[in-house]
Amino acid sequence: MGKTLAEKIIGMNAGKEVSAGEIVIANVTAALVQDGTGPLAVKQLQKLNLEKAAHPDKTVLFLDHSAPASRKELANDHMTLRQFADKTGAQLSDVGNGICHTVVNEDYINPGDLLIGADSHTCTGGALCAFSTGMGSTDVAIGMALGKTWLRVPETYRVNVTGDFPVGVYPKDLILYLIGMIGADGATYKALEFGGPTIDKMDMEGRFTLSNMAVEAGAKAGLIASDKVTRDYLKKWKRVNKWQEIYPDPDADYEKIIDIDVRQLKPTVSYPHTVDNTREIEQAVSDNVKVHQVFLGTCTNSRLSDWAIFAGIVKGKKPAPGVRVIAVPGSKKVEAELMKHGYLQTVMEFGAMILPPGCGPCVGVHGGILGDNENVIATQNRNFRGRMGNPEGNIYLASPATVAASALTGYISDPREFSRILKPLGTIPDPVKLTRAKAAKKTAATKKKAKKAVKKVAKKAVKKAKKKAAKKATKKKAAKKTTVKKKTAKKKR
Amino acid sequence: MQITGKAHKFGDDISTDHIAPGRLFHLRSNLPELAKHVLEDADPNFAKNVQPGDFVVGGNNFGLGSSREHAPTIIKLAGVGAVMAKTFARIFFRNAINVGLPVLVCDTDKINAGDQLTVDLSEGVVNNLTTGDRLTFSPLPDAMIKILNDGGLVAHIEKHGDFKLD
Repeated sequence: MGKTLAEKIIGMNAGKEVSAGEIVIANVTAALVQDGTGPLAVKQLQKLNLEKAAHPDKTVLFLDHSAPASRKELANDHMTLRQFADKTGAQLSDVGNGICHTVVNEDYINPGDLLIGADSHTCTGGALCAFSTGMGSTDVAIGMALGKTWLRVPETYRVNVTGDFPVGVYPKDLILYLIGMIGADGATYKALEFGGPTIDKMDMEGRFTLSNMAVEAGAKAGLIASDKVTRDYLKKWKRVNKWQEIYPDPDADYEKIIDIDVRQLKPTVSYPHTVDNTREIEQAVSDNVKVHQVFLGTCTNSRLSDWAIFAGIVKGKKPAPGVRVIAVPGSKKVEAELMKHGYLQTVMEFGAMILPPGCGPCVGVHGGILGDNENVIATQNRNFRGRMGNPEGNIYLASPATVAASALTGYISDPREFSRILKPLGTIPDPVKLTRAKAAKKTAATKKKAKKAVKKVAKKAVKKAKKKAAKKATKKKAAKKTTVKKKTAKKKR
Repeated sequence: MQITGKAHKFGDDISTDHIAPGRLFHLRSNLPELAKHVLEDADPNFAKNVQPGDFVVGGNNFGLGSSREHAPTIIKLAGVGAVMAKTFARIFFRNAINVGLPVLVCDTDKINAGDQLTVDLSEGVVNNLTTGDRLTFSPLPDAMIKILNDGGLVAHIEKHGDFKLD
């Protein structure tokens, strides 16, 4: 029987063939903690006198949940992690550098890695075909110190996705639809494996959104094959040499197969207080849900293409009266891309408050806590009661397009009303393609310049040659003259 | 090992945000203080009312959401003897074993708020002294029993210097 992606990657790191249901000890090739879970991890290692990192170059400590620190207690927790980095040589991603799941994908993990992270959304790395899963502080502490952990090899639900996304419908709507269908515990202890023609065509950023929310269905991992799209992504971040092709076997043993044709999908919204409490946009619009705050950000949707969609809808406009807009780039690198492409400026001019790269208001620590009975529509992954700092607030989840449309009207709104502005998915600037196009332009320019330079040199050479020839000719003439003169002189004698 | 106490009943989908809310993020390095707020967003009076040995009884998908280990840790610090639910979220379940908090999968519909229960961990039985019901719970995987018997994952590594789960 063939292997699923989960069985393949865990097997690669356990040094043997493995099958679903087996309990194995596997190598941990990368580990992450953040400022909410890292200090406890450090304390556990101190208890064991085991303060070390087996792979310091791929053990990363992120200060992102309260960044910059919102209270003295958290500032002290940040110090604990900075000191641990100094002591062990582990990597520190300090305040302002970005969200752990965004940065770890940009800078650290590769297909075939086994990443454990003390943050439930570590499953985001599954889009890069790493077996990437969330655990608690103690599990990750011991995993990073010993370079191994124990795992139960999960059974897999294969999600086959077909069709082209309709205008105004995005990967976020697909994953909300899936969770609404199978439930918040629909894949508990399982691996989700996304595949099919729609996934083959999907850019990495859309794939990250899918894998990120696997845990919202209870899954241990959300895996996607490592293909050409993965390769292009690694190339963008200058480590294409780390790419390897990984596909599930065609005869892999799946516990369940779920088929979704995205042509049937509509913009989807999760209502408070569970992610699986989903409605199609028409229902949400007819419910007249007033919006007090909108939020573009988080490890789910804060990358270049998310901002491109949001900026495309709000460009040149203003939010509805009484709507606060908060936008947070996923990382410093995303922020730089946004500036380069003008999206940061567009969203600022629209009237958004831009917070530093990090988790922002999603975890309820700072940067946009709700008032009693206030509603927020956000691009994040969770809407549990109290998630954004106030159990009396209500959180609605949606795509960047639905969030942008709602910011303009002050009510949850259908982004398809802006279909004249929206373009079908795939025509939204793909950061990888953009980089490529830019590179191509640069190459062309360099070539032109080089050609010009060659021409110039050639021209100069011709000129020089002509000059030389002329000089030679003059000399020859002069010499002839002299000879003639000499000859004449001889004759005269 | 037998534990006796009162049932505190909760519904489905009790998240780690109910147990250890994000607004108390700054108390994560002060666990006894954080424990005073345990389960606050599901039942504001729970921390005041819970007695040593009492049980937290949930429905489906108990402990979903964040990986914060502080959630099972403060349930244990509050003196809770075990958490029972029809199903648990994966990370919470694993964290609970790691911190030495027993988690039992059983049919919690047969338990009412305030029922007096006795749990026998080695026999895998919950006796409801109030209703007379006798419930069995699914045994833990062997690997987890080993960790729980050693007193949690830190104690397990301290004892063996490595994973010893065979």
